[in-house]
Amino acid sequence: MNFSNFLLMRHEILLLAITLLLLIGEIFIHKNKKGSLVHLAIFLFGIHTAVGFLQIEESSLFGGMFRTNNMIHFFKNVLNIGVFILLLQSADWLQEKIVNQNRGTEFFILLFSSLLGMYFMISSGDFLMFYIGLELSTLPVAALAAFEVSKRISSEAGIKLILSAALASGVSLFGISLLYATSGSIFFSDIIEVISSNDLTILGFILFFTGLAFKISLVPFHFWTADVYEGAPISVASYLSVISKGAAVFILMILMFTIFKPLMHVWENMVYVIALTTMFIGNLFALRQKNMKRFLAFSSIAQAGFILLGLITGSQLGVATIVYFVLIYIFSNLAAFGVVQAISLKTGKENMDDYNGLYRTNPKLSLVMMLALFSLAGIPPVAGFFGKFFLFTAAASKGYYLLVFLAVVNVTISLYYYLLVIRAMFIRKNENSIPFFNNKIYMRLGLLISVIGILVLGLYSPLYDYIYELSSVFN
Amino acid sequence: MDILSLFVVVPVLTIIALFFTKGLKQARLVSMVGSIFQLGMAINLVFAYFKERAINDSIMVFTKNYVWFKHFNIHYATGVDGISVALITLTTIVVLAGVFISWKIPDLPKEFFISLLVLATGVYGFFISIDLFTMFLFYEIAVIPMYLLIGIWGSGPKEYSAMKLTLMLMGASAVLMVGIFGIYFNSNADGGPLTFNILEIAQVNIPFEAQKLFFPLTFIGFAVLGALFPFHTWSPDGHASAPTAVSMLHAGVLMKLGGYGVFRVAMFLLPAGAVHWSWFFIILAAIGVVYGAFGAIRQTDLKYINAYASVSHLGLVLFALLTLNKIAWNGAILQSLSHGLLTAMFFALIGMVYGRTHTRDIKKLGGLMKVLPFIGAIYVITGLAYLGLPGFSGFVAEMNIFVGAFENTDIFHRVLTVLAVSSIVITAVYILRLVGKIMMGPLVNDDFKDLPKVTWYEKTGILLLLIPIIGMGVAPLWLSDMILESIQPFIQGIL
Repeated sequence: MNFSNFLLMRHEILLLAITLLLLIGEIFIHKNKKGSLVHLAIFLFGIHTAVGFLQIEESSLFGGMFRTNNMIHFFKNVLNIGVFILLLQSADWLQEKIVNQNRGTEFFILLFSSLLGMYFMISSGDFLMFYIGLELSTLPVAALAAFEVSKRISSEAGIKLILSAALASGVSLFGISLLYATSGSIFFSDIIEVISSNDLTILGFILFFTGLAFKISLVPFHFWTADVYEGAPISVASYLSVISKGAAVFILMILMFTIFKPLMHVWENMVYVIALTTMFIGNLFALRQKNMKRFLAFSSIAQAGFILLGLITGSQLGVATIVYFVLIYIFSNLAAFGVVQAISLKTGKENMDDYNGLYRTNPKLSLVMMLALFSLAGIPPVAGFFGKFFLFTAAASKGYYLLVFLAVVNVTISLYYYLLVIRAMFIRKNENSIPFFNNKIYMRLGLLISVIGILVLGLYSPLYDYIYELSSVFN
Repeated sequence: MDILSLFVVVPVLTIIALFFTKGLKQARLVSMVGSIFQLGMAINLVFAYFKERAINDSIMVFTKNYVWFKHFNIHYATGVDGISVALITLTTIVVLAGVFISWKIPDLPKEFFISLLVLATGVYGFFISIDLFTMFLFYEIAVIPMYLLIGIWGSGPKEYSAMKLTLMLMGASAVLMVGIFGIYFNSNADGGPLTFNILEIAQVNIPFEAQKLFFPLTFIGFAVLGALFPFHTWSPDGHASAPTAVSMLHAGVLMKLGGYGVFRVAMFLLPAGAVHWSWFFIILAAIGVVYGAFGAIRQTDLKYINAYASVSHLGLVLFALLTLNKIAWNGAILQSLSHGLLTAMFFALIGMVYGRTHTRDIKKLGGLMKVLPFIGAIYVITGLAYLGLPGFSGFVAEMNIFVGAFENTDIFHRVLTVLAVSSIVITAVYILRLVGKIMMGPLVNDDFKDLPKVTWYEKTGILLLLIPIIGMGVAPLWLSDMILESIQPFIQGIL
């Protein structure tokens, strides 16, 4: 094995290096300047994100345990951008609340290890690597959810997340062992050749699917979502709903379109039902939420339901539209969470009623929120419209007209609750509305990048063409 | 820059310019300049169209085609025929009149004009598109600003009305989306590639089974915006709560998207489906015509009266389209134009009356002719035009519709036509009663004695609308020629 082969793991190695660097860096930072740790982290991660865009060839390592291709590479970059925006948006929170408790490094270590786990998960070539990645990506997040130790609700979120995650990965592991039992291998490339639809394999697949369904918070495995989002710090909730979900969707899609393709006649119906229940339950529960974090939690459950519409196609078009949708979803949801974060940090207010009359005091923030919500709702000309339209096109291409019809009914339902927030901000008046405040530079930058993404990703068609060409590996 | 894309670019530039304005004066000035520019472009387009039509006899002229999303075969494709040219011109007139009528908008002026122009951009984009994807995109762009326009600047139960209107229209567009998918995935029926291009799809023989399935979806998707009974309920509430200029634009222009979409997409691309389903939808349309007219009689709020009258008159457009008759189709397009001008005029006048008297209840109004002679005179003229007096636009349109409808000699169509014709009488009832009640007679309220005079900007807005109303009535032929020519390709599919 050539040493340069390790360059294939560039993302992983670099991220690990950054994590260690931050750990050491803390020693050298003066006690009164703890805040500069955040600058350092953002700077280093920015470099990491930029370096990630360098080309990489398609290959595998460790006898096929770790593999990479342009699609996986692209998706790691997408995750990087998401985390970078997230870091920008949480910088103020970290500087004001966390760093002065000497817990800044902890935060970065946990966050970056979780991201590292995701890299390994989506790059995995066998179930062992996959499982390690899954665990590594989940466990640190549980610690992050309980990060605001002084708050009872935050610890509760941590406990809830770790218990659900443990159960989910246990179930998943059981499924993997059943698959091993029927196919005699844990390598994806071996399993593809021998997999057939016998009962034990199907059971193994369903259990395996359950584990990932927890991460994506598909109904009926969504119960942890709202409570955890509400209790966890907003950065962590944002991370869970955007990065964690995106990575899980990606690996689920890869596995279902490759090794589980022969079982398609089974999972087609399963995905159909889960897509419908997820959309309806997510949307109907979102209608009555008053807390913005719970509201976004249910909205993100509903969005996961839409993603399944692309999954059901099992085609290259499905891959391209899912990746495109997830990319847009990351930007839109990060923008929405960013605004919630900014307001919560300045005023501590997190309820929808508190947003009444926001436009008159903070017009820019309201506009960002409006664009984000329009994008989530799929209103043109922002990116979400294109994401949803293409996703539905993919489902319709297989003749699922009824499913598409019910999905667009759901889009209309979702529009109602997104408009509720817009109503609060623009239409309602409030005597003691949130006063005007200026955001710091990092938060502004974070919101600006998200908004540019929301505005540009849809209208700029070469991006979709690029993703479509990358997804040709799944043809 | 080609002549059609300008209709999207100029409003967008106006919107961008508006972002940098401060205060009412700058905002309205920028909007006015932008809207006048659009009107100029529309007039230029009409002349250019006639010139082009003389040498070019394809279905659409000024066509431009740029690839957008190549894997879906989505293009940014534009083109116009006589129908779209006429509707674009109507839009520019109403937008400009709307800007003049909102000259003194009190709250958040910049945002108001931005939303108004976003709406206008959507409408222009819709009329110039010949690609289903971009058409759908512009359709949604046109609908969504209504939420803010009614919600922020409206009156009465504005939050309720705004939400109801937005959800019903977006729900309809959701149904429409499925219809568009149905058309798209059947556009390769003759072995060609999948396409969203309307002109290409029109050449394809989409299987009858698919047409039967997707025609109702596409039709309802558009017809909800055209206030098809029983999906019209958003319209009275929405119009009553909306501020004046928004009611004008919405009833005058936005609702025309419905009729146009039905004609251009549902009936043009799915002709066999249209023939198969026309009996069912024509019943709904006829009910809408009569129901709207009776609804207008019962109301006492000026805006509600006009909103129900719109349901009735736009029901007539759908009715005419579904009679599947050339003369009636011509009438339908003329009715769209005429109703657009007349209803915008009515809403403008109602806004002017309400701005002075602070009531829209006809029981509290009376004898306004004496104190507001200008408004009174125009009100009478518009009312008479509305009920189809010869010499005005309404007569030409309704005449064509009913002459065409009577050409269907079977008993089913006869009954429905007679029913629809009866709406003329009912219209006369509510219009004359209304004019008599609020304009004539003694002044009921002494507070109305010294109401503010009509200002120059209000007069300008009114005149802008009045000129084409009379113009259409006096010289309808050139317009009707322009439309009849463009109806020809539709006939080949259906008749």
